[in-house]
Amino acid sequence: MSVEARERRQPWILLSPALGAVALLLLLPLVFIVVYSFWLRSAVGPDTVGFHLDNWQRALTDPFYRYILLNTLKIAAITTVLCAILGYPAAYFVARSKGNKVILLLLLMLPFWISYIIRTMSWINILGSSGALNTALMTLGIISEPFRMLYNEGAVILGLVHFLLPFMVLNVFVSLDGIDTSFEDAACSLGATRWQAFTQVTLPLSLPGLAAGGLLCFVLAAGSYVTPVVLGGPRDAMFANLVYEAIITQLNWPMGSALSLLLLFVLGGLVALYNRFLGLSQLTRGLG
Amino acid sequence: MGWNLIRVYAVLVYLFMFLPVAVVVLLSFNASQFGAFPMAGFSLRWFVALWENDAVMRAFRTSLALGFLCAIISTTLGVLASLALVRYRIPGRNLLTTVLIAPILVPEVVMAVALLLFLNFVGIGRSFIMLLAGHVIFTLPFVILVVQARLVGIRRDVEEAALSLGASPRQTFFAVTLPLLMPAVAAGALFAFTISFDNITGTLFWKPGGVETVPTQIFAMLRHSISPEINALGTVMIVLTVGLPLLGAALARRLAMKSGVSEPR
Repeated sequence: MSVEARERRQPWILLSPALGAVALLLLLPLVFIVVYSFWLRSAVGPDTVGFHLDNWQRALTDPFYRYILLNTLKIAAITTVLCAILGYPAAYFVARSKGNKVILLLLLMLPFWISYIIRTMSWINILGSSGALNTALMTLGIISEPFRMLYNEGAVILGLVHFLLPFMVLNVFVSLDGIDTSFEDAACSLGATRWQAFTQVTLPLSLPGLAAGGLLCFVLAAGSYVTPVVLGGPRDAMFANLVYEAIITQLNWPMGSALSLLLLFVLGGLVALYNRFLGLSQLTRGLG
Repeated sequence: MGWNLIRVYAVLVYLFMFLPVAVVVLLSFNASQFGAFPMAGFSLRWFVALWENDAVMRAFRTSLALGFLCAIISTTLGVLASLALVRYRIPGRNLLTTVLIAPILVPEVVMAVALLLFLNFVGIGRSFIMLLAGHVIFTLPFVILVVQARLVGIRRDVEEAALSLGASPRQTFFAVTLPLLMPAVAAGALFAFTISFDNITGTLFWKPGGVETVPTQIFAMLRHSISPEINALGTVMIVLTVGLPLLGAALARRLAMKSGVSEPR
């Protein structure tokens, strides 16, 4: 074999284990559940193989499923907006601050290293009936009975914002960090106020980062399973809870396949839309 | 005016981010019977209780074994793929990258369902093997992104110098490339370990009955109520997942300084 031919084959040899793993453990399984979603669950014995539209019909028309889907998207949207409002100024502070770089970097990365389940359950200590807030309010004499703050939609949104905020901060930071500050100075020297310089120069330039952070927050919020179980009440189920219910509790795997694909299509549609206008590379910049 | 306002706002946002976690750590040293305020003095009893809790210790062993194996496999696959993507001109590079980071783009629940049903179909039920497969595929994109970012910072000419001085490609890899690559490998492995150690959603779908990892153990314990023991477990996890990367970063920096490579930005 010539040296050139070997040189050409080399990268594919290096790539093949990773590509093989993704193909075998993600792509093929996704194709498989597409097929599976057309099968039928039978009361006894194995699922009925075939081409049945029943699961899809139910997934798309059942009012309960539709309600949960819309509610999930609503919760994800509120979470995303709150993350943007809280995260943008914080990211701006880190990007433009002249303080200790190591500490600022820690502020960006540290939240990622703290476990999701710990951060979620930490709110029980704060909001619970004998949690920090209720104890403080009762000690101050503002309330006499513990105030019920847990196990509702607000607590779920709070938990999701707390979990997803670092994704927003990091993405906005990456795009702000790439903007030359002399642009703002130039705008100011041409007569713009600081605020005008920000809204007309910096903010538009940082929109790709904001959009990347927003997409991540939305997709991760809409797919969350643990937060609604830990912080929500029985009526605050989100779509991933439906999927878990169908697959693990009811063992209705064909229906579970259809439901998870529905979630994939809705969120995948968003990612595709994002890719069409902004490109996926923006999304991975923050992670590198 | 403006900058001070932003500073105060940012401080408040970071308080929101860290205060609840600080409360977990604080309450884990609470001597009181119940995991709540008011504090009743300092005590390590809940850490002792953890140590004596068989279910928790079993979960720890499962999580550690899973994390280590996942880190080894994921880092091996990720480093090889990153080398190919950074060091060679290959057609369809963007498409390949998208395929390799696809596990980040697919919602975790969907990935969990697909893997569970597919592996079950080919005869692998909910088991440690399924957990490991799931964790590897879930951590692989992160490893690839981290390693790639570091690889770009390693200069090619050092390798070329070794080759021109008569070293074989294999010798060059082990004597030059790999030592230079070590910080990237370490960073990737650490990343894979902590992500695997933290994973809960996929794990809930893939784990066999009766087997728990630390996060699913906490999740199961939360069904009853919050207890000081859970807070103590949380504290241990924070120390592990925050302390390890910090230690790793410090080590990587020392290694990098020793080998004379400047930290890639």
